[in-house]
Amino acid sequence: MAPITYLEAIRQGIWEEMERDPNVFILGEDVGVYGGAFKLTEGLLDRFGEDRVIDTPISESAIVGAAIGAALMGMRPIAEMQFADFISCCFDQITNFAAKCRYRWGAGVPMVIRAPSGGGIHGGPFHSQNPEMYYVHTPGLKVVAPSTAYDAKGLIKSAIRDEDPVIYFEHKYLYRRIKEELPEEEYLVPIGKADFKRRGNDISVITYGAMLHNALEAATLLAEEGIDLEVLDLRTLVPLDKEKVLESVKKTSKVILLHEDVRTGGIAGELAAIIAEEAFEYLDGPIMRITAPDTPVPYSPVLEEFFLPKTSDIVRVAKQLAAY
Amino acid sequence: MDLTKKTLLDMLYYMKLTREIETRIERKLYRQGKIVGGVYVGRGQEAIAVGSTILLEKDDCICPSHRDMGAYLIRGMSPRVIFAQYMGRKTGATRGKDANMHMGDMSKNIVAFVSMLADTVPVAAGIGLSFKMRKQKQVVLCFFGDGATSRGDWHEGLNLASVQKVPAIFICNNNQYAYSTPIEKQMAVKDIAVRAQAYAMPGRTVDGNDVVAVYEATKTAIDLARLGGGPSLIECKTFRMTGHSAHDDVKYVPQHLFDEWEKKDPILRLETSLMRDKIATEEDVKRLAARIAREVDEAIALAENDPFPEPHEALEGVYADQVIKPPLSIADAFFPQRK
Repeated sequence: MAPITYLEAIRQGIWEEMERDPNVFILGEDVGVYGGAFKLTEGLLDRFGEDRVIDTPISESAIVGAAIGAALMGMRPIAEMQFADFISCCFDQITNFAAKCRYRWGAGVPMVIRAPSGGGIHGGPFHSQNPEMYYVHTPGLKVVAPSTAYDAKGLIKSAIRDEDPVIYFEHKYLYRRIKEELPEEEYLVPIGKADFKRRGNDISVITYGAMLHNALEAATLLAEEGIDLEVLDLRTLVPLDKEKVLESVKKTSKVILLHEDVRTGGIAGELAAIIAEEAFEYLDGPIMRITAPDTPVPYSPVLEEFFLPKTSDIVRVAKQLAAY
Repeated sequence: MDLTKKTLLDMLYYMKLTREIETRIERKLYRQGKIVGGVYVGRGQEAIAVGSTILLEKDDCICPSHRDMGAYLIRGMSPRVIFAQYMGRKTGATRGKDANMHMGDMSKNIVAFVSMLADTVPVAAGIGLSFKMRKQKQVVLCFFGDGATSRGDWHEGLNLASVQKVPAIFICNNNQYAYSTPIEKQMAVKDIAVRAQAYAMPGRTVDGNDVVAVYEATKTAIDLARLGGGPSLIECKTFRMTGHSAHDDVKYVPQHLFDEWEKKDPILRLETSLMRDKIATEEDVKRLAARIAREVDEAIALAENDPFPEPHEALEGVYADQVIKPPLSIADAFFPQRK
């Protein structure tokens, strides 16, 4: 099998699930004839028809609300946000309706909201955001954020099969920048399980999404200097794989929490609290965070480059922490 | 008109049952402190939920709002479950998780309302979409008040429903007040039904206190939807004969409006016409009232004896495949190690 991109992996996952289950359908802006703003849904309309690949008006609330209604009736909708930034328009439907149905009256809402997120593509303040934490903070939702083509395919399939609403953050910087050979046989990646992308002994770097690749790059550079990073890819933010986080920290005793999201209220703060509460006596250094600053995502390449966490940041912080 | 005597009498039963249940909730159990939190009733508006929902088949679906008690009753939610819901019991429709009219039961195709008004409008569009995709003949009735029609979700939902031609009927309880805000401060149009024009669907205004008028308008809309003709909007003009909620002294509504609308009471009107048309006698109506009072007494007695949920059940049901751990578990797990 030839290697395929992260984007193609997501399409394959959706395609396979639509072949498997006639209840799976996709709705969103320009997902049909145009094939999606990123051409991710290209070909689906021809294969599955306009009943199952639905072009909608620019109505994010209606897209998610309709997905909820269909899910309540036993369908398996995939609602596409054209950009994750627009998910704010349907915040209410997601957080008050979808997230709370099961808890309130026992009604499952098996649906997926796909949200192309992240910066590095010069999209500016409204086409670059990482809004995952609004949803991480809402009980009843699951939140996933794959960083490799393998995980992207396995997680979209698991998300479609999950009995609860899943928000699937796909990092658009990765869409066509990474490629991987995937197994020919069908596979799933379980929701709620982190994955060690590199084993090491000196410092744990815990991350997700596009930043995983910076962490791995930093690990290669630091290996030459005798610093051995362990890189844990969370893959899922809710439910959080606390066990693997603690396992890694208890082994290395030093930890860097890395994400592209802004600092305040990012998952790094939550992880730091868990580590402080449950592994305090294993720590041999301060818990370090590497994140974007607390600003909107700026447009100019000069500003955006400054805004995004970089491999050099990881190298610098890791050296400080190694010497601690 | 194809209204049978049985349907007319059924409608009278459900309207009177609604009134009795809500009177007990608002004027007895709430005042006795047995119901806490918010209480919202539909006194004076009973014809709307009843005259429409009575038309549904088993597989059809409803998305009621907070003044549509009759819709729940017709779909088969029992008074006992409703009282248990209001009193926070484990046997309530949400097992104590949610309050008052926030009741749902997918085995009866009742979708639970949320407090964010008009949220169920796009949801109903999606329910209709699922019927259309599966080539089923079902319909969904979606209820809301005049206030909800000012929210964006209402407009997004009607638009999508119309573009996709889904079998949904949107039913407005226009009771002329959104909490304390009168209709003229909510919208510049005189009739909410004209908004249907913007979405190229039929829009009708009917007398919401005339259960037969509601029935006929809904029947036309349902027939159209089942034939694949798409959604309709029905505006039922009525009046809220109470405050917004049980704690609202409603001083902002002029007394003469209550006096005028009291004369148009939907239950009184139906009883009068049934007696005029010799479908029921005064004695029948009295017997019905006594039967309903008995049923409600029994339901309250059962619900009051129903158990409250166990405290730890607060952690259950967030997800299908896991129970949330209490925050205390960290302390429990950690501090023993330090001994």
